[in-house]
Amino acid sequence: MASMKVLALAGVLGLAAVLSGCSGQGNSSGVSQTNYVTGKGVQTSYPLGHRKTAPVISGKELGGQPLSLSTYAGKVVVLNFWASWCVPCATEAPMLQRAEPTLRRYGATVLGVTYKDATPDSEEFVRRYHLTYPNLRDGTGSFAGNYGTDQLPESFIVDRYGHVVMLRRGEISQQFVDRAIELARSR
Amino acid sequence: MSSADAPARRAALPLLAAILASLAVVCAPAAGAAEQPRASLPQIERQVMCVTCKIPLNVAESPQADRERAYIQSLIDRGRSEAQIKHALVGQYGAAVLGLPAEHGIGLAAYLVPLAAVLTLAALLVVLLPRWRRRSRAAAPGEPPAPLPPADAARLESDLARFD
Repeated sequence: MASMKVLALAGVLGLAAVLSGCSGQGNSSGVSQTNYVTGKGVQTSYPLGHRKTAPVISGKELGGQPLSLSTYAGKVVVLNFWASWCVPCATEAPMLQRAEPTLRRYGATVLGVTYKDATPDSEEFVRRYHLTYPNLRDGTGSFAGNYGTDQLPESFIVDRYGHVVMLRRGEISQQFVDRAIELARSR
Repeated sequence: MSSADAPARRAALPLLAAILASLAVVCAPAAGAAEQPRASLPQIERQVMCVTCKIPLNVAESPQADRERAYIQSLIDRGRSEAQIKHALVGQYGAAVLGLPAEHGIGLAAYLVPLAAVLTLAALLVVLLPRWRRRSRAAAPGEPPAPLPPADAARLESDLARFD
């Protein structure tokens, strides 16, 4: 009799614990809430033989047209993850836009990917910085997740074979842009 | 009023009816909308997440959270209801903005574990309750308690009398 009461009490307590666990919200205090990299960025070059294939990116442009990274197969792509709320992204956007005509001349392009950014804000950003390169939406951050990106800005140089040649965490540098142009020029 | 006005009045009646019907059609949705409580930012903030900091929006302090609030406010200003705003937020940021576990993979456990717990508890009660009832019936007193000896009964009566 007593053991049954204990069993029932344990069941009720267990249920209460489960239900209270479900209603609780995670507390992430102490985690940086800005989600963008301040200060100097960190750059990583991958030598030949150590270059990984760039994960698939396929979605919609800000305008709603379908677009994917594979559209640029055989071309060098500067993949840039950005958001309108990211301060360093605003700093580097003009530099990417200046590089775009040169890259295009050599058959390369910049491909922007907006990260967890509302479309009207992204569109406003594109207008403000007169960006002419395509920008793809990543509202849920799933594409960024495949690239290991959870802070902005983050940029990748993808070569003609679809391999990641260089990664820049944080604001891009002129050296990064020059490396992309150099890669696009080389045949 | 002359009888010459009668045909004119008869002709005007369908026109008046048509105008009233159109007014009813135009005003009905507006009246329905007026009954719905207006969505408010603090109310929605409590129910959605800051998608980059992964904490409720009402306690988030980040540039992205500020943009999310501004986006919600812009929808409120356009007269969108709470449900419409949440739908728009899911369209922009995915279902994670509602702070609900995913309906696949490990997230599915959040739905299944409580359900399993409730079913287990219900099964336990179904099995245990009849047993408890049977035992309590078996343990029920069969005979009334024996009467007090006359001396004790007299003392009890006198004690109780003092409290009257």
